[in-house]
Order: sequence, then C-alpha cells, then structure tokens
Amino acid sequence: MGILIRFLSQALPTLLGAVTILFLLLRMIPGDPAQAMLGADATAADLARLRQDLGLDQPLWVQYGVFLRSFVVGDWGNSIVTKTPALERVLEALPSTLMLCVAAIVLIIAISLPAGVVSAVRRDSWVDYGVSLVVFLLMSMPQFWLGLLLLLVLSYWLDWFPIFGAGEAGDLLSQLHHLVLPSLTLAAGFLGLVTRLTRSSMLEVLGRDYVRTARAKGLREPVVIVKHALRNALLSVVTVIGLTMGQLLGGAVIVEVVFARPGVGTMIWDAILQRDYPQVQAGVAVFAALFIATNFLTDLLYGLLNPRIRV
Amino acid sequence: MPALILKKPKALAGLLLVAVMVLLALLAPWIAPYDPLALDPAVSNQAPSAQFWLGTDFFGRDVLSRMIWGARPSLLIGFSSVAIGCLIGAAIGLAAGYFRGWVDTVLMRPVDVLLSFPIVVLALALVAALGPSLLNLILTISLLFVPRFARVVRAEAMALRELDYIDAARVAGQTPVVIIMRHVLPNALAQIIVTCTVFMANAILVEAGLSFLGVGVTPPEPSWGNMLAEGRNNILGAPWLTTFPGVMLTLTLIGFNLLGDALRDILDPRLRGLQA
Repeated sequence: MGILIRFLSQALPTLLGAVTILFLLLRMIPGDPAQAMLGADATAADLARLRQDLGLDQPLWVQYGVFLRSFVVGDWGNSIVTKTPALERVLEALPSTLMLCVAAIVLIIAISLPAGVVSAVRRDSWVDYGVSLVVFLLMSMPQFWLGLLLLLVLSYWLDWFPIFGAGEAGDLLSQLHHLVLPSLTLAAGFLGLVTRLTRSSMLEVLGRDYVRTARAKGLREPVVIVKHALRNALLSVVTVIGLTMGQLLGGAVIVEVVFARPGVGTMIWDAILQRDYPQVQAGVAVFAALFIATNFLTDLLYGLLNPRIRV
Repeated sequence: MPALILKKPKALAGLLLVAVMVLLALLAPWIAPYDPLALDPAVSNQAPSAQFWLGTDFFGRDVLSRMIWGARPSLLIGFSSVAIGCLIGAAIGLAAGYFRGWVDTVLMRPVDVLLSFPIVVLALALVAALGPSLLNLILTISLLFVPRFARVVRAEAMALRELDYIDAARVAGQTPVVIIMRHVLPNALAQIIVTCTVFMANAILVEAGLSFLGVGVTPPEPSWGNMLAEGRNNILGAPWLTTFPGVMLTLTLIGFNLLGDALRDILDPRLRGLQA
C-alpha cells in the first residue's frame, strides 16, 4: 500500500513531467518540424501528411492531450526512416543495452567493493594510495577516449577482442567476448565513486563500538571485517550502486557508439543524425522511464535495508 | 584560503594544470605553430616529426595547433554553462531551501523532472531539437546543471535556516531577501565554489562527449571531442590523432577534479580534522 502511494506521488508525476519535456522538445525545433524531418526535397503533400500525423496543425493544448493519450496506450508513432513503430524498434534494441549495463554493474561490484574494503582496512598504506590513484585517473578519463585506447591496444594491436558489434545471435560465448571491452569502459567511470564510498563507509563503520566488541570477544579479523563491518557499510553503497544503474544508461550511449555496438544508445544517436525525431523521442522516453524506475526501486530497497527509516 | 591552497600539493597541482589550459586557450593565436584550419593534402596523416610535433590529420592540418585551439571551446563552454547553471540553480536552491512549503514544491518538482533523464541523453535530445551552435551548446549544458546546483544549494540552505543567527536576523525584523543574501548565501558559498569546480569537469566532459557524437562543436572548428571523433576513423593508421586530444582532455579533467577534491578538504571543516 505504502509502495503504491509512493509510486503515485513520486515516480508518476516525474514520469509525467519527463513526457511533457519530450513533448516540448519536438515543438522547440526551430522552424517547421515536418520540414526539418523530411528535408528540403519533400513534397507539399508529404509535409501535410506528416504534420497531420504529428498533429502539428492543431492548437498546442490539443496536441498535448493527443500526445499524452497516445503515449499511455503505447502508440508512439513511426520512425521516419524505417516507417516501423518507434517503440517496437526501441524494445528490440533494449536487451543489448541492458546486457551492457548489467555487465558493467557486475564489474563495478566485483572491482570496487574489494578495492574499497582493502583500502579502508589498510588505510594510508601503499595499497590505499595505489587504489586511490588508479581510481582518480579512471574518474578523470573520458569514457570515449578510454574506449578508443582499449580498442587500439587490445583489439587492433593485440587482437584479443573483436572490434565492433555485439556478437553472433544465440552464441553466448561470442556475445560475452564482445561485451568485455564495452562493459569495462562503461564501468570505468563509476568505479571511482563506488570505491571511494565503500572506503569511507568502511572507515566509518570500523570505528564503531560493535566492531570493537566483535574484536574484543576474539573473532578472527576477516569475520569482523566481512560480517560486522562490511554488512553495515553496504547500506549506502547499495544505494549509490542503484543510482549508478540509471547513470549507466547515459554512459551506454557513448560506449555503444565507440564500439559500434547495436543498442538503444546507437539507435538514438543514428536517429538524431538522421533527424528522425519520433525515434529519438521513443528512445529518450524509454531511457527516462527506466531511469525513474531504477531510482524508485533503489529508494524502496534503501527502506528495506535500513529498518530505521522503515515506516 | 589562498594560503591553504598553496600549501596543499594536490590543490597546487590542480591549479597548475587548470592555469596551463587557460593560458593555452588565451594565447592560442600566438603559440600555435600553424593555422588550425589550414589544409595541406601534401602532408596528410603524417606521424609526429620535428616539423609537426604531434603529426597531422587526414586533411594535413597540424594536430598540435588544433589541440591548442581546441582548449578554447572546452573552457569557454564549460565556464559559461557552469556560471549560468550556478546563478539560476543557486537562486532556485536558496529560495526552495529557505522558504520550504509550497515554494519548495513548486520550484523543486521541475528540478526533479530534469534530473530524471540520464545527463548525456537529455543533452543529446536538447541539442538535436535546437541544432548545434555555440550558444545552443552553452544553453543546453547550463540547463543540465541548473537542477544539480539547485539540489546542492537547497540542502545547504535548509541546514542553515535552522541555525540561531538566522532566527536572530528574523526576529530583528530583516526581510527574507536580506536574510538570504546576507546570511544564508555567504555561508553556502564554500559549498557552491566546490560544486562549481567539480561541475566544470563535468561540463567539459559533456561538451567533449557531444562533440565526439557529432552534435557539439561543428568541424572544421577544432575541439578535443570532434578531433577524437575524426581520429577514430583512422585509429590504427594514425593513432596520434586520438591520443593527443584525449591526453589534453584528461589532463584538464584531472586538473579540475584535483582542485575540487582539495577545495572540499579545505572548506569542509568536518573533513579537515581527518586529514591530519
């Protein structure tokens, strides 16, 4: 019940606002949007038909009502380039993008948690300094440059990884092989945030009384660190990982373009270069919806994990 | 504060990197060895040499000169969009955090909506609608940072309004505007400066990303992002085309990040004790 109320009062209005922004974006295109989409050599009849399809010949508030209604029923218009339903194309490309994001999250957890714990436990040692240096460099390296460097060295020079694409359909091994560099690149920018946070929450927790008690009653150090400290430090880390999931979607656009990997990101990019606005709109709307959904779920998860704020 | 910056090696290194980039941008016409736009098919795709220190691109343009000129759009767009984003965002955040209630709701709802798009995706959609131009790029990137500034400043204002000296000012009969400008804003300033520094790095990254995707600074005008995009087509044959702009961009980001980190350490008194 509480979840429903929170969904209705938080996630839904945000989604409505996001859709409104998308509505306004299309109307913000300078000049005649129909002309912009079809190009200079479009016939008057084509232009009139597209204007009618998009409802551009109606007053703004009517357009808004029509837009909202067709948005809710899933009729998001057709791509101008392929003439097929825009939403369908996005949903077809989505699994590849989600796979990339999930792989990046797995890498972030597998690398950042141990790195953060070790640098907290060995505070001010060379390991701590080494980790923070590497993490700082990764944070400051643009993803598209890191991706290009990895491509150049590991794919072109050493020939360890494929150069583009997402692998053969149905062949899991080939798909994973194609996933390594893009997911590493996508993960790199977020490793810093999660590692730093793990380190600082561990430092905070390690100073608490219950950790001292656990040590005093003679528990072995690994048990103290994992069972008593890490478990309590994870609370804020899990929240940030959840929020990161949403940010990864934005990063996926650039990473997909760098590695010429099919997905929603490359689709939005292609659509923008071809001025295929309904397709851009559909792609951005799906990303915004996913973003709002992951943030909402993170919120719920935080409540579940932290009994103190549970209502 | 200036003395503290000079005492910390991290802050000094950051300041130095940023200063070098600013100088390169300002002095570009005098220090760039060649015209960044001059085409010369005779020297297409040359590796770094004594004549062209960092090589040439497909059109025979000097990479070093383009790299130096490329500092201009990055810093100009980064600086202006952070300034605009900060002015509007801080105003929204101060009002929302100080007044709370319906003012808070009315101001922050749109902010939450803007925060519900992944940053690159919103930037792409906006630039796609507006069309790429220097002004549109600045407006787009400012709009990305307005909600982020508003969030940070609102949190700060909410904490400050509960303090006794604000109560005292209120009891003394000062108007809200005077209280905000004279008592809340100055105390939130440290946080705002740190945020500006960190967001400078982000804004430069967004500009480079958009230029890389082909919707930012339009060629032939050089920017680090579009140089990387052009170099990408011949990454194996001419790796210097992607290496050097990437290094410049990374050094700039390192500079702002170091400065931001160090300023946070200096300005956040709770962390200062830990540093010893």
